[in-house]
Amino acid sequence: MRLVDTATITATVAELCQKANYELGEDVLAAFKEALGQEISLTGRDILQQLLENARIAREEQVPMCQDTGFAVVFLEVGQEVVVSGGDLYEAVNEGVRRGYQEGYLRKSIVDHPLRRKNTGDNTPAVIHTRIVPGDKLKIIVAPKGGGSENMSGLRMLKPAEGVEGVKKFVIEQVRAAGPNPCPPVVVGVGIGGTFEKAALLAKEALLRPLGQPHPDTEIACLERELLEAINNLGIGPQGLGGRTTALAVHVEVFPCHIASLPVAVNINCHASRHKEAIL
Amino acid sequence: MPQIRLTTPLTDEVVEKLRIGQRVLLNGTLYTARDAAHKKMVELLDRGEELPIPIKGQVIYYVGPSPAKPGRVIGSAGPTTSGRMDPYAPRLIALGLKGMIGKGKRSPEVIKAMKQYKAVYFAAVGGAAALLARAIKSCRVVAYPELGPEAIHELVVEDFPVIVVNDVLGADLYEEGVKIYAGR
Repeated sequence: MRLVDTATITATVAELCQKANYELGEDVLAAFKEALGQEISLTGRDILQQLLENARIAREEQVPMCQDTGFAVVFLEVGQEVVVSGGDLYEAVNEGVRRGYQEGYLRKSIVDHPLRRKNTGDNTPAVIHTRIVPGDKLKIIVAPKGGGSENMSGLRMLKPAEGVEGVKKFVIEQVRAAGPNPCPPVVVGVGIGGTFEKAALLAKEALLRPLGQPHPDTEIACLERELLEAINNLGIGPQGLGGRTTALAVHVEVFPCHIASLPVAVNINCHASRHKEAIL
Repeated sequence: MPQIRLTTPLTDEVVEKLRIGQRVLLNGTLYTARDAAHKKMVELLDRGEELPIPIKGQVIYYVGPSPAKPGRVIGSAGPTTSGRMDPYAPRLIALGLKGMIGKGKRSPEVIKAMKQYKAVYFAAVGGAAALLARAIKSCRVVAYPELGPEAIHELVVEDFPVIVVNDVLGADLYEEGVKIYAGR
């Protein structure tokens, strides 16, 4: 048994909210540079250069890379030997979001009710996904998610007979229909299998994988490469103004599913593919 | 790529010459507005009242900036998705609005209004919000302060970088650009 107190959790979440919004990951920067070497559209190249410059300014000046500093999506991996002391775990996370967004000059983009729509003023509540795992550590991942790209995501319950071709068709159609709206070059998270909600969560989790790291299963890794090529053949390009760089990566996660089902979820992330983590 | 330097307010003569794909550096005053401010402005027009900002020759930037850090003019300030302003934009274009800055496709109604009344739609790079904020030299709220980041702000910009996406001929770079690179 190991004690982790809520004050530490709050402070960590607050710091991760800011870091995620100020400092784009090295994997994304490397993907921009690689894309710049391959992009044939002059406008597309200009845009990629602006994105690299933008990331540099945001990191150096510790300001948000994008004004949409997102919904705070928080993944908690709680070791089963951890005991949280000093209060409510979820309240500690929300307090961290509250402080992080206030002290970090991040935009507050959350409304209290989907229909009444009054801004909560502090970017809470966070969306929190919790997993209980072996061990005595607490892992916290903060992944701020912008509205523009989240709005372009989708889920379909395919017939099992539609198979891998049906999956590819749905994923490509989703990215094509999104066009310029999710701020390409995008990162495409795909969840295949499970139930309705499991597929959506898999797609979201797929966005957390470092860009350029293929799925360990070679068949899925091959599907990722095929999807990436097909998506980049759409010609949408940086910001949708035409070009080869529509997606920086496609990450697929799979899970067993019901004999009658083939759920597929596509969660699109903008080029500001933000997430930072800490282990307590 | 060559860049065209323009200063607001824009005249018909200037707007007519712009073509899709051209890179423009905007100077002068821009007004910010998102859905909530657009809704309020159209409600004013419906009641026969005056708009809180001048509209003739002006350019509206679709943006909800992040809060300014102490000592700064504005927080990060990149474009938001323009489609949400489509239901309101034709009314303002008919009154003399000459330019809009945002990201993402416009509706056929907005494209038709741009053609009819001579206006253009510019894209700024979505997500390049820290970079774009550097081109903003001053910022003050001129209407609807109760809307917070969605209030109408008057911005003074220097060499604010945008790309012409829809011109007065009705052309659309989102359609044409993709056609050029699809399958290549």
